[in-house]
Amino acid sequence: MKKTLAMALSFILILSISGCSDSKSRSKGVYMLLDTSGTYARELKKAQSILNYLLGVLQPGDTLAVARIDTGSFSEKDIVAKITFDERPSYANNQKRMFQQKVNSFISTVKSSQYTDISGGILQAIEYLNEQRSGQKYILIFSDLKQELAKGYKRDIPFQLQAFNVIALNVTKLRADNIDPKKYQSRVTKWRAEVESGGGSWSIINDLENLDQIFFN
Amino acid sequence: MPLANMLSITSNTFLSMMIWIVLLLAALYFARKPFHRAVSSLSRIIHNAMRMTAASVRLAEKKLIQRNREVLMAAGRESAERLVEREFDRINAAVVRDLEGYPNLQRQLSELTTRLDEDYSRSADVPPDLPNWIPIIESIANIKHSGDSMVANMLGEINRTLTEQHKGSIDNYRGSNAARHSILNKMLPAWRKVQKTLNDVGKSIGNLNQRAKSIDRYMDEYEQIRQQTDKAARMLSSSSLTQFFISGLVLMIAFGGALINFNLIALPMSEMVGGASYIGPYKTSDVAGLVIILIELTMGLFLMESLRITRLFPIIGSMDDKMRLRMIWITFTLLAVLAGVESALAFMRDRIAQDMEALRQTLAGVEQAAVATSMIPTVGQMIMGFILPFALAFVAIPLESFVSSSRTVLGIFAAVALRLLAFILRLIGNLGYYTGRLVINLYDLIIFPSIWLEGVITGSKGKRQEPAKEPLFEDGGITEEAVENFNDTVEYKEPQE
Repeated sequence: MKKTLAMALSFILILSISGCSDSKSRSKGVYMLLDTSGTYARELKKAQSILNYLLGVLQPGDTLAVARIDTGSFSEKDIVAKITFDERPSYANNQKRMFQQKVNSFISTVKSSQYTDISGGILQAIEYLNEQRSGQKYILIFSDLKQELAKGYKRDIPFQLQAFNVIALNVTKLRADNIDPKKYQSRVTKWRAEVESGGGSWSIINDLENLDQIFFN
Repeated sequence: MPLANMLSITSNTFLSMMIWIVLLLAALYFARKPFHRAVSSLSRIIHNAMRMTAASVRLAEKKLIQRNREVLMAAGRESAERLVEREFDRINAAVVRDLEGYPNLQRQLSELTTRLDEDYSRSADVPPDLPNWIPIIESIANIKHSGDSMVANMLGEINRTLTEQHKGSIDNYRGSNAARHSILNKMLPAWRKVQKTLNDVGKSIGNLNQRAKSIDRYMDEYEQIRQQTDKAARMLSSSSLTQFFISGLVLMIAFGGALINFNLIALPMSEMVGGASYIGPYKTSDVAGLVIILIELTMGLFLMESLRITRLFPIIGSMDDKMRLRMIWITFTLLAVLAGVESALAFMRDRIAQDMEALRQTLAGVEQAAVATSMIPTVGQMIMGFILPFALAFVAIPLESFVSSSRTVLGIFAAVALRLLAFILRLIGNLGYYTGRLVINLYDLIIFPSIWLEGVITGSKGKRQEPAKEPLFEDGGITEEAVENFNDTVEYKEPQE
């Protein structure tokens, strides 16, 4: 009898422990990079709808961060807003409202940057999401994927993207791409190769009607 | 060297082929008996093994049927005992109730009888007769007088007195009669009361008679069950199946109720225990909601046990009444508290749902629609949250029926499955057996020229030498009619004439 009781208690204990430790591994961590360089800054209005979608689908316990891509993006200063939602749904709803306001005010006041440091942004995203210990990690790159580094900036570090999903959103075609589509293709292929060589998975969503594919994998 | 060259014994292909065929037929002929024996042994092994297994399965089925019958009878006996016990309880209650009032009834009847007796006696009082001297005076009054005025006056006075006496007597008589009638009138309600009291007694006796008849009927059934008659077994089996399906249906309905209950409390539970933690693959809030429902079910189960409606836990039923009453109050209070909690959670759920909807509208950039301020959905959810735990408490009743009847029903299904298995095994055995026969026949068909030749040779040598009969399919311990028939079929092939 005592043995059975002990077994039952240990089972409950194991379940409780696994339950507590499980909460992080099941949570989602999303880091969204917003390209604010040059003409792409005009596209930022579209980023609002993506963000609203993310706020709608993310659950209590999930993490969301929005950062800008500018001349030097490997910096905490470029993080516009970040939050880990409270476990209580009502608190999480209020946090989402505040987050939305914060990002909206950023988008309405943002000034375009001269250079585009996408790699720095990705490195910052990797660091942030690893620190958050999210179970599923997503890096969303809202950009045309054309990287332009300022003089002296070095970004030849390989990405460590194991268990990361990198999704490029709204990858617009530049004028040069229209003239020579190979440029667009080579640009996308380059990023795909870099991500996949780092152990991450790569995908592109250009049609913003298909945002539900972000968490499809 | 190619195979074609190896096979070419002569330069003539046809001749070579014929030689090979003859050689092959000869070889097959000489291998015939060993082949027959091998095939027959194999088919017999399959046949006997399958039939032995089938026999074993049938034995298991018989044992299972016997066990089912015992279980059924035990359940039936218990049920009949409960029915008889309940009827005795009712009779006991009726007798106690009636006997409790019996002294009062007796006193009432006695008082009424005394009163009636007194009244009757009083009504029987006759009015007093006329005084005895009346006839004397009457005879004096009738004396003829001679005209003497004094006598005449005297007689006149006597006559007047007499007349007055008569009148007085008649008045007295009438008065007396009126008084007697009045007494008799007053007796009427007393008689009615007596009649009513006796009717009540008669009704009680009739009720007891009815109960006694019910007990007789139950006792008959009990007797049949005790004697384990087929009729009782059929009756109990049918009753058990009906109970199984009906209680299963009710349990399914209850499951639906529990599901709705779960949906009412799962979301607000995330507000209490957090919406991001998991136990295994399940959300902690979902598990917590489920646990609350299961606790409610358990409380309902204990409440029903304490009320002696169900008998799933004999230890609760056998508690003394004081303890049982305590248990009833404790379980009922816990159930009421949980119902209150659920009601509050349902209210919270409504608020969270409204908040989420508002957030969705904000995120979608839609102008927030004017929210209907009706409290009806909220109140409806709260009422449902409060009522469902109590409704779920009654699940104990169909659950008990389901558990008790499922033993029998599962036993019946298992017996059917065993019978089917035995049939399949026998079928496989027979198939194996007849396949052996078929193979032997096909073999003989292929080498029929050799067999024909054998017949010719043995025929020319005379029919004196009867070939030794070696039955290939002799009857075994388990093999049945089919085997014997098969032996006959095979044996006639041996001496091909």
